[in-house]
This record gives sequence, structure tokens and C-alpha cells, in this order.
Amino acid sequence: MKLQRKNRLRAVAFGAIAVSGALVLTACGSDDNSGGGSTGGGSTKAAGNIKCEGKGQLLASGSSAQKNAMDLWVKNFMAACKDIQINYKPTGSGAGIQEFLQGKTAFAGSDSALKPEEVTKSKEVVKGGQGINLPLVGGPIAVGYKVPGVKDLVLDADTLAKIFDNKIDKWNDPAIAKLNKDAKLPDLKIQAFHRSDESGTTDNFTKYLKAAADKSWPYEPAKAWKPKGGQSADGSAGVSSQVKQTDGAISYFELSYATANKIDTVKLNTGASAPVEATSDNASKAIAEAKITGTGKDLALKLNYATKAEGAYPITLVTYEVVGDKGNKAETLPATKSFLTYIASEDGQSVLKDLGYAPLPAEIATKVREAVASLA
Amino acid sequence: MEISSATADSPPPPAGGPATAARTKSATRPGDRIFLAFSRGSGILLLVIMAAIAVFLTVRATSALSKNEGNFFTTFEWTANGTPPVFGIAVLAFGTVVSSVIAMLIAVPVAIGIALFISHYAPRRLATPLSYVIDLLAAVPSIVYGLWGALFLVPHLGGLYSWLDDYLGWTGIFAYHDGAARSLFTIGILLAIMILPIVTSVSREVFLQTPKMNEEAALALGATRWEVIRMAVLPFGRSGVISASMLGLGRALGETMAVATVLSPSFEIGKSLLDPGGGTFAQNIASSFKESGEIGKDALIASGLVLFVLTLLVNGAARLIIARRKEYTA
Repeated sequence: MKLQRKNRLRAVAFGAIAVSGALVLTACGSDDNSGGGSTGGGSTKAAGNIKCEGKGQLLASGSSAQKNAMDLWVKNFMAACKDIQINYKPTGSGAGIQEFLQGKTAFAGSDSALKPEEVTKSKEVVKGGQGINLPLVGGPIAVGYKVPGVKDLVLDADTLAKIFDNKIDKWNDPAIAKLNKDAKLPDLKIQAFHRSDESGTTDNFTKYLKAAADKSWPYEPAKAWKPKGGQSADGSAGVSSQVKQTDGAISYFELSYATANKIDTVKLNTGASAPVEATSDNASKAIAEAKITGTGKDLALKLNYATKAEGAYPITLVTYEVVGDKGNKAETLPATKSFLTYIASEDGQSVLKDLGYAPLPAEIATKVREAVASLA
Repeated sequence: MEISSATADSPPPPAGGPATAARTKSATRPGDRIFLAFSRGSGILLLVIMAAIAVFLTVRATSALSKNEGNFFTTFEWTANGTPPVFGIAVLAFGTVVSSVIAMLIAVPVAIGIALFISHYAPRRLATPLSYVIDLLAAVPSIVYGLWGALFLVPHLGGLYSWLDDYLGWTGIFAYHDGAARSLFTIGILLAIMILPIVTSVSREVFLQTPKMNEEAALALGATRWEVIRMAVLPFGRSGVISASMLGLGRALGETMAVATVLSPSFEIGKSLLDPGGGTFAQNIASSFKESGEIGKDALIASGLVLFVLTLLVNGAARLIIARRKEYTA
């Protein structure tokens, strides 16, 4: 075991060069959050109606589900308002709320409304007010599948629950055949993929299964996946790429991932006269069915996952911006208000559809605009 | 780990040399004293850093452990952000150890074979480029292994798994129930490729150190080349090979990105090694960290503490084995 000293030194030098080289490369490669090309082909609307008030830098962080919408909004807004720099970091809802509660950010993006203890804590940050939830981005969670030779698959909540709980494990199962009389279902094993990370998407999807198929879904809705069995992958990008490459796969993710990867999506038999497809419009219809549970300016929504309304797609995610209703920091308030005013405006909402998100229904949008206008 | 694997890049310098000559001179010159102070300081700094890491991990871990509603060692669940938080490391510990052991079982024999080939069989013209190629494997970033594993290895392992199922399926641990090969066994194969360079290059280095006289004496007694290797090279290199393997094991235990990309993580222990599922400490930290709340992060740190201790134990065990073998070979 006598390794030569010189060798060691040379090795260290090699290592040092490798490490510093890697650092330099990564420094160049990552963190391209300045808008760039990742907005998924959304159109840049002329920014005629954007009012620029305030200046300086606006920090925000949170939900990654609204990342694509934020990217486009920020790009449009900053094109109109040169004095305002907006930096939204898609760190995840939990981290976003934490940073907001520590007073580091002007607002947070979150897939779920503030919990009571978080509201209490928010009162320390926004003096004289409290944190409120403003729904600003909605979107359908598509159930994507890959079964050779099967198009227009129709499923209902009960079958979905059994598939994701591994109670149904063949594509030619009678329960699926009953819903798809004309389809040629193959004798193929179902590979149900779920998210391995904690996620608002999982939370909403399991809330839907619990609400619409109580008997077949014995688990409590949560951000972490509860049932045993099945396969998993990290992030919406992870599960959607698994579905794309695995025969017999089925999983859930935001509609934009299905569109981008050309994945077939399941039509839901909700009890309405015709099966409902996952589209932005249909998601907007489901959001219109939601009840506002927040009080005052707080507009937290409770979706009716068991809705039978015509054309309403019930597996829908609503993500919020969390701000203080009063007592926001004086230096960021004008910029925050003008940005939120833009994204709640018709211009701001109408660009969402191209990205696979759902614009807010008129009634809720009006309330959001009123709430934004009254922020102090 | 990558740093030391680069050791093998350079040919062994001549024995003795200027370094030994300088050492025999007076030990009290200022340069020596400065160097002594510098190296002693670095040594102490290292210990302080290690202690600081341990303290940090312990402090953060205890705050999460006191709120844990499950048993930290036996719970098959990780909902550290739920109310109440429930988490346990059983699955992670199992997955980490099993995938690393599989990697060792595959990598060590192959690495010894390559090392022997390079040091004792291959002509010089082939040996040098071959060792460069092996060392290059260490320079490939782990995320690249991850992508290669997910996009190439996984779709191509189905055949091997069906074959294993046909012949070894009766054991239960090699039963294969269709589906993508995103299992602990796949991770083991991937990790084996990743630790190959470090084990190979250190082993080769050690094999080259075999005293020429021993080899020549054996040859003089009429031994074949294989007998020389068996009687002179392998016993001499044993401690080196063990320490090389432990270095590799250390890397396998802590590998993060490749595992996170390839594995289909879940908090259960499958009956078969070929079933998708399982998880490792490092993979779980990487994939759970971004959506974690305060307790969730501390819980991950607690699991990191376990990995820290596990790695320390492995390295400590390696030291013990080497220390014992040294007396035997000396």
C-alpha cells in the first residue's frame, strides 16, 4: 500500500481541475430563469394594458405547477415595465410559503391554501393584516396512458381508483371493457405510475379519487403517495416520460405535459351525459363549480371534485398567489399590485390557455381583481 | 472519490528518488517546521469539519426525531411533512445496503480481472490506453450515468431479467413480474459500472507494487503466470484490493443522481430484487428535499446522519481489515 506521493499530488491537481471545470460549466448552464425559451410557445401579447407602478426587484417563490404561466407573465410584464425586475423561483409550494412567512418574498405561489397556523404566522410578517389566497392559475390534471391500439379511452373515478390502487391490473379487465364497449383492449399489464416526490398534483388527484370514489379509495388525500405498489418517477416530467416510453402505462400530470409529449388522455365518465375530456375550457367549467371558502378578501376555493356538471373536468388544480391583504412592505407593494393586476386581468388570463392552463371563470376573476385592487 | 481514482493516470515514478533523499537531511530547518505546522493544521481542520458536520446533523435530526410519530428504524413510510409526521428509514437502509452489495458483487471481481490484465497480461501498448479508458469512466458525471441508465439500460434489461426469472425465479428474490426494470438490481448494475474505475485503478496500482523478486522467484521455481499471480501478486495486493473495494462501496452508498434518475422509488421492500421499488438514503434526500417543510427537511437530515454513520462504519471496518492484513503480509 505505498502509493507514490507524486502520483497523489498529480491526482489532486487533476481533481481540482476537474472540479473547478465542472463548477464553471454548471455556473454557465443552470439558472436560466430570465424568461428564455421555456415558456412552451405561449404568445406574447402586446402589453398595452399593463400599468407600471413602483420599481426595483420583486422576489417571489413557490409552486412549480404554475412555473410556465409565471414565466410567460413575467416576460410580458417586464417587457412593459422596464423598472421592475420580477424573480419567481419555482421552489415548490412548501418552500414558497415558508419564504413568504419569513418575509423574504413579496408573494408566494402555492398549490394549496394557507393552513390556519400559517395564517396566524403570517400576521407577524404583514403587520395589521394576514396572508390571503388569490386563485390565479387553474389547470386540468390529465390522466395520460399508453395502450397500443386504444384511442379515446373512457374511465370513471371508481375504475381509476382501482387502477391506481393496483386492484385492476390488466387492460382487458371487465370494468374497463364495460366503459369502452368499442375499444379493442389488449391483454396487457397496467403499469400505474405515481409521483415519487411530494406534490400538489398528487394532492389534488387523490382528493378527486377520495371525493368521487370513496369506496374504492381508502386513503386520505395527501401530497405524498400513500398506496403501496405501482411504479413511480420524479416530477411531472418524470412520470410523463415514463408513460411515453412504457407500453401499458398510465399516470397523472398537468395537461401541458400530455400535449408536449403527445400522450393520449383519458376521458372521464363523471355522470354527465358525455365523457369529459381534459381541456382548459372544461377545467374552467369545473372551477366555476367551486365554492369560495375563504372569508373577507381571502378567496381560497373548495373544488367540487364529484361534480356532474356538463363538460366540467373535475380533476383540476387551482394554484394561488399568497399575499398580505394589509401591511405589505411599502417598497414592494406598488410593484406587487401592478403585477397581480396584470395577471388577474383578461389579458393576463387569456394567455394561459395556450400553455394548457385554465383561465379563471368570470365570476371568480372579478373577485380576484377586486381583492388585488384593495391590497395595502 | 473521483480525485483519488485519478491517481492511476500517471505511471509509477521511480522508487526512492529525490523525496527520500531530502527527508534524510536535518529536520529542524524552518521549511520543515512550517510544513509540519501546515500539515498538522490541515489535519486538525479536517477533524473539526467532520465534528461540525456531525454536530449539525445531530442537532437538526433530534428536533425532527422528537416529533416523529413512527418508529425511526422500522416504519415503512416517509410522510415527514404530514400531520403528524411519520417517517422511518427501514426501506432506505435496506435499499442502500442491498444495491451497494449487488454493485460490489459485480464490480469487484471484474475490477480485479481488469487490474490483473492491465498489470500482468496486457502488452504495454494496450495496457496504458486501457487504463486511461477505465479512468475516464470515473470522470463521467453521475447524472449522465442516470440518463444512460434510464434511457438505455432499463429498456434493455428485460431480457436478462426474464432469463434470471426462468432459472432463478424459484428463489423468490429473482422473480420477475414484467414491467420496467427500475429496480434495486438495476441500480446495483449501474452502481457497479460507476465504482469500477476506482476499484480497478487502485487494485492495478497495488498489483504493480508486487516485489519483482517474489514474482521472479516464483517463476524460477517453475510457476506458470497464473500461479505467480495466485501465490505472489494476490496475497500481496489483498489489503489494497480490500481498501479499493471499500472506497468503491463508499461511493456506491452515497450515489444520488444516478439512483434518483433510474429507480422507481417507493416505501416498501419488494420480495424480489427485480421488482420496481425501494429507495436509498441519498436518492430520498435528493427527491424529497424541494417540497419539504421544516420538519421534513430535518427528517431528511436525520436520514443523512444515518448514512453518515453507515459510511463511517464502512470506512472504519476497511481500516481494521487493512491493519490486520498488513501485519500478515509484512
